[in-house]
Amino acid sequence: MSRQAFDKELESLFSSIGALGAKVEQIMDDTIRALRIHDVDLARRIFTQDPDINAAQNNIEQFCVNLIALQQPIASDLRGITATLKMLTDIERIADQCADICEIMSTYPEFVNMPTPAPVLRMFEVAREMFSAAIDSFMRRDAALANQVRHRDDEVDTQFSNVILEMSQLLQEDRTQVSQATDYMFVAKYIERMGDHATNIAEWTLYAITGNRKAMAEDQAGHSKPLG
Amino acid sequence: MNLLADKKIKRSQEPMASAATPDLDPGSQTAEAADRYMSRGSGPVARARTQVAAGLKPAAGLPDLKPMFEVQDLNLYYSKFQALKHINLTIPAHQVTAFIGPSGCGKSTLLRCFNRMNDLLEEVRIDGRILMDGRDLRGPQTDVVELRTKVGMVFQQPNPFPMSIFDNVAYGLRCQGIKDRVYLRQVVETSLKKAALYDEVKDELDKNATKLSGGQQQRLCIARAIALQPQVILMDEPTSALDPIATLKIEELMNDLKKEYTIVIVTHSMQQAARISDKTAFFLLGEVVEFDDTVTMFNNPSDKRTEDYISGRFG
Repeated sequence: MSRQAFDKELESLFSSIGALGAKVEQIMDDTIRALRIHDVDLARRIFTQDPDINAAQNNIEQFCVNLIALQQPIASDLRGITATLKMLTDIERIADQCADICEIMSTYPEFVNMPTPAPVLRMFEVAREMFSAAIDSFMRRDAALANQVRHRDDEVDTQFSNVILEMSQLLQEDRTQVSQATDYMFVAKYIERMGDHATNIAEWTLYAITGNRKAMAEDQAGHSKPLG
Repeated sequence: MNLLADKKIKRSQEPMASAATPDLDPGSQTAEAADRYMSRGSGPVARARTQVAAGLKPAAGLPDLKPMFEVQDLNLYYSKFQALKHINLTIPAHQVTAFIGPSGCGKSTLLRCFNRMNDLLEEVRIDGRILMDGRDLRGPQTDVVELRTKVGMVFQQPNPFPMSIFDNVAYGLRCQGIKDRVYLRQVVETSLKKAALYDEVKDELDKNATKLSGGQQQRLCIARAIALQPQVILMDEPTSALDPIATLKIEELMNDLKKEYTIVIVTHSMQQAARISDKTAFFLLGEVVEFDDTVTMFNNPSDKRTEDYISGRFG
């Protein structure tokens, strides 16, 4: 007995997460680029992509609900679908936060008067790497990689503190850049949340593999199951 | 699911509990979260102390998890074929335990050991022990007739006797020599009520039982078993001949019955096992591959063979 039709649907569900992940990676890359070179046009274009991501999220969610309703998945199938449903929200939020950053950049012209602080770019790069690794870990059912992602969130948090310290100092010393400094604090907060969402994705991956969101890779590596 | 519902009920019954029940709270798994609760004075210890101070009584009705059957290294042979291999498991009292596995894996064979139905078959050889209340079922001191009143059985095909509904339910008691009509009527009525059949048949207890629908016949068989005041009800695929609505009624019934009886059910429906049982044992080729809480078995089974079977990828 086998469940070829169901297995195909599961495979297609999981690859849709890979495809959505790739789209959001591109949005993150573009947002970093727009921030680095202060490309307002690019920021505007990124901002307009948000509805596509929301639509993709809705489609995949509906796919998950259909599979639960029609196929009665259990054990690792159910965990995979549950993890997909949960991480979808995190993936969509990251795209939202990129859109929020781009909205600030394209709405307030004075924002680009101040070069983007180095720790903002650094923390964004780390969050971007964490996100890619989290999606990869899910696609490859790689618990060790998912664990690495969880442990990198501290790097983002450290850079976040640096941004806040730097901007607080600036606020005290230079009254002409109050709005830019507060905007960059918001941007840093958005990026800090991206790190949290990437961590969530990694934890849902661990749940899909082991049944435990905080499981150590070495505990249950033998229980992991390749996709498709 | 039921577990969660139970906890919600408990929470609402605890007026002094200011914080969420710790094991349902997302953060409570970590030591830091536990510390936070403690420092706020709303942790489990603080809450318990407040309840003691308020003079609350301990929650009643906790499930009795003492073992009903303890199977110890049981082997069963049909002639030269070994149908059960070194079975060790403990069936908890007042719980529903489901046996699942492919055809011919030994689940019905083990079920029949619990009321010694296999004694009737020729060329069956059994070694190992099954303890009930600490005594070996297979020991010479066991009265098989008495055992079968304590351990009732319901089969796949409803098998009412060709007599009236009343006489079906009263049959076992009459066999025991009970003739008191008032008492018989009382037991018949109670048993039919417990089997969730009374309301449907109360005006026609003289009707021939074979005229009932399949689902009603099966509930009648359950009532017939209940009339003897058993401790255990064994069910061998009790709903496989029934339509979905009749199946649902039997499933609902099992949930009620476990308060008074221990239920062991063999089922081919994985979803049924998931819906109704507290414990699940997965059998394969005469062995128990895995035996665990049903919620664990269906979320995160520890054996690959269990996972393959319950997710429909066996073979």
